[in-house]
Formats: sequence, structure tokens, C-alpha cells
Amino acid sequence: MTSLDAEQRVEVALTVNGLPRAATVPSRRLLSDFLRHDLRLPGTHVGCEHGVCGACTVLLDGEPVRACLMFAASARGHEITTVEGLSEPDGALSPVQQAFRECHGLQCGFCTSGFLTTATAYLEENPAPTRDEVVEAISGNLCRCTGYQNIVASVLRAAELRRERAAGQAS
Amino acid sequence: MKPAPFTLHSPSTLDETLEVLEELGDDAKVLAGGQSLIPMLNMRLAAPAHLVDVNGVRELATVSASASGVRVGALARHTQVLRDAGAAAAVPLLPQALSLVAHPVVRNRGTTVGSLVHADPSGEMTAVLALLGGSLELRSRTRTRTVGADAFFLGPLEADLQPGELAVSATFPALPPRSGTAFREVARRHGDYAVCGVAAAVTLDAAGRVERAAVSYISMTPTPVVVDATDAVSGRLWDAADWAAAARSCGDAVDPEPDLHASAAYRRHLGTVLTRQALSEAAAHARTATDAPLETAGGAA
Repeated sequence: MTSLDAEQRVEVALTVNGLPRAATVPSRRLLSDFLRHDLRLPGTHVGCEHGVCGACTVLLDGEPVRACLMFAASARGHEITTVEGLSEPDGALSPVQQAFRECHGLQCGFCTSGFLTTATAYLEENPAPTRDEVVEAISGNLCRCTGYQNIVASVLRAAELRRERAAGQAS
Repeated sequence: MKPAPFTLHSPSTLDETLEVLEELGDDAKVLAGGQSLIPMLNMRLAAPAHLVDVNGVRELATVSASASGVRVGALARHTQVLRDAGAAAAVPLLPQALSLVAHPVVRNRGTTVGSLVHADPSGEMTAVLALLGGSLELRSRTRTRTVGADAFFLGPLEADLQPGELAVSATFPALPPRSGTAFREVARRHGDYAVCGVAAAVTLDAAGRVERAAVSYISMTPTPVVVDATDAVSGRLWDAADWAAAARSCGDAVDPEPDLHASAAYRRHLGTVLTRQALSEAAAHARTATDAPLETAGGAA
């Protein structure tokens, strides 16, 4: 094992929420810790740290991945979107965020950023899901308050809001 | 939880990767998707001195399908294989099984070849490779060898991969015409490791009679064995075959271990039920894969 004093450090340059960011960190720095500690973006939550709970889910080039199951170094050159990057350019809530607020899709809020990122990417892929498809899509995220009914309702509502906003822009 | 310190190597070509692996030998561990390795590092169940991150080796991120089968490169994610229309057409068992691997978010990162090298007896892809008689291509700086599934899996979490070697691809051969497949599993929670899982393949003759039936298991055997179920159903029409008898005959060939989640008896029970379901689903799938009209037990179709 490498001694702590001699621990290798690597330069990590990537795009986070549309902005170029860089930091020099130990090679073993997980992407979740890199976002929270090195880039001071604490919206990404750390739950189980072995890929089960989904709280740390972020978007890597648009696709949801577990930030606790990736090293920051492996994200070099890629685009990361965290929960901080989901809102509209003018600061308004995104359809998914708005829907979670309307439908009481969060209780303690610990799991919420993972649900928001997962649902955001899923609705890009499937803009008009059925209830069963939503349940499957969020099956990798755990809510210990067990607010799943409202979370499912929120994702379905988010799909509606996306359509309403798209129609509003078109008219 | 933090991994123990390690030295990271990030090659960008296959040649570079093989050079680094040769130089480091036993001290190196390859990092691809990391969905099994990084939890082990986080929990400090593993602490390799060197990690060789192949995520930058784009030439390994390939899926190529032909009539003879599907070749999956070391960096192809489960999701990439699952979405590949050519792969689904050539080897339908791939998407059937891949949709049961963990959750979509984990499949976005995890690699199919990585899950084979991990050799977890609960890993769906180990049973798929075994049932189809597939193989892995292992490459070191000085040699390339192809190892069949029957020889590659040595034991739980143990595969025939030598220091200096990289598993560059896995090949999943297509089944003969008039074949069908299915994958059934039971897990305590959706997306968890299965308590028992069965991959089944059935091949019919031109008249719709069973020519060959076989299954392979996950979470039932230390390595994925292929159990032939043909005897009980050979020559019977696909919808009149006694799949329950075939399933019972398979049960004698496996000796599952009890664990926290299931007793051996429960696991054996699941094995019989899921085998019957998977075989009969595979037979129906084989029937639809057949071009010519077939007889059924009730008369001409």
C-alpha cells in the first residue's frame, strides 16, 4: 500500500454545471467527495457509499451515474451536472424540481438530489412515461422516509410540466 | 468510507494499457466500470497498490453484432449492450438478462466484460456466457488467448486472468435457428442480487419438436454450470413438452448453499419453479423465432 505522505495527487479538470472547474486531489478521491469538498457543491448527498441508495446520483455527459462509484480522476474532460445545475438559466425551478414541490415529493430531503437528477435524465429519454415505467426508472433510489407515492406522482407531474412549458414556448 | 491510497494509471490506448499491466504485474487491478470494484475499495475489502483505469481507452468501447454472435469490448457499458439493436437481434438473451442487472443507473457505468471478470456467482452475465458457450479474449503484451466460459470461471470471484492480462472482449455466440431464450430470477428487492436465477435456451426442429433444452444458474452454483434438460422433453412439441419434468431433472444437478437470504431447500424450490418457467418461456420464444408455420399439440398452427 502507498504511504499517506507519498500519496499520488492528480489534476482533475472537467465541466460542472456548464462551468470549467479544476482541482488537484488525491487519486483516490471519489467524485462525490470531489464535488462536495473540493468544489464546494454540497447538493450531491452521500448516503451508503457503495452504490445502493442513489443519493449521490449525478449526470455524467447527461447520463445518471453514482458519484460514489467513480473516482474524480475518471471524470476528467467530462461534463457533470449536479442538483445545483438543474434549475433554469434564470434561476426558476426546473420542471422536475417544480413538480417535487407541488406534489410533496420530498420529506427530509436527503435522497432528493438523487431523485431529481435521476428523474431529469429519465424524462429526457422517455418524456411521457407510464406509472409503471416511472417506478422502474426510480427503482435504484432509496427514500428512507418512504415517500415513494408522492415521488412517483412528482415524476409524472414533471412530465406534464415539461409538455406545458414546451407548448408555452411554442405558442 | 474512503479507499486506501493507490497509484492511478490512466492509459489511453490498448498498447499502453498492456505495457502498464506487464510492468506492474500482480500489484495492479484494472478499473473499468467500477460498480463492483469501487464498493470493495470503499469498504476496504480490496486495497490494490495500483489501479489501471481503462475508461480512457475508447477503442475498447465496442459492441459488434453479426449473425454468428455478439462481441462486446471491455469498455462497453451494460446500457450500451442493452440498447444495441443488432446485439438484441443476434443474441436476445443479452437484453433479457441485462435488464435484470442491478438498476439502470448502475448499468450506465458498469461494463459487461467487467462483470464477467468479477466472476460473481450472482452475476447474470456469467450464466449467459456459460449457457451460450461463449468465451473471453485475454491479452497481455506478449500473447493473446481465448478462454471458454467452461474454463474461465474458477470459483466465486475467481477467474482465469493472469497478472499482466486484460480481458479485451467477450464473445456471445448466437444459437442455431429456431432457438429461443429466457431469463428468470427472484431477488429480495428489485435490482438486488438474485436469490436464484435461471437462463434457459430451447432449440426446436423444423416441425416444432424440442431438439435441445439447457439451463444455467446464478446464485445456485459456485461457477456457472450448464445443465442439459433435453432428455425429459426431446422430440415433444414445444407446447406439449413436460417442462416441469425437465425442471425437476435439472434440480438434481445443482446443490445450492444456504445463506442469510435463503435456505438451501428454498433455493432448490425456486430453482425448480424458475427453471420450468424459463424453459417454457424459451420454448415459446423459439416458436416465434421460427419462420415456417409449426404444428402445435392441438393440431396444425
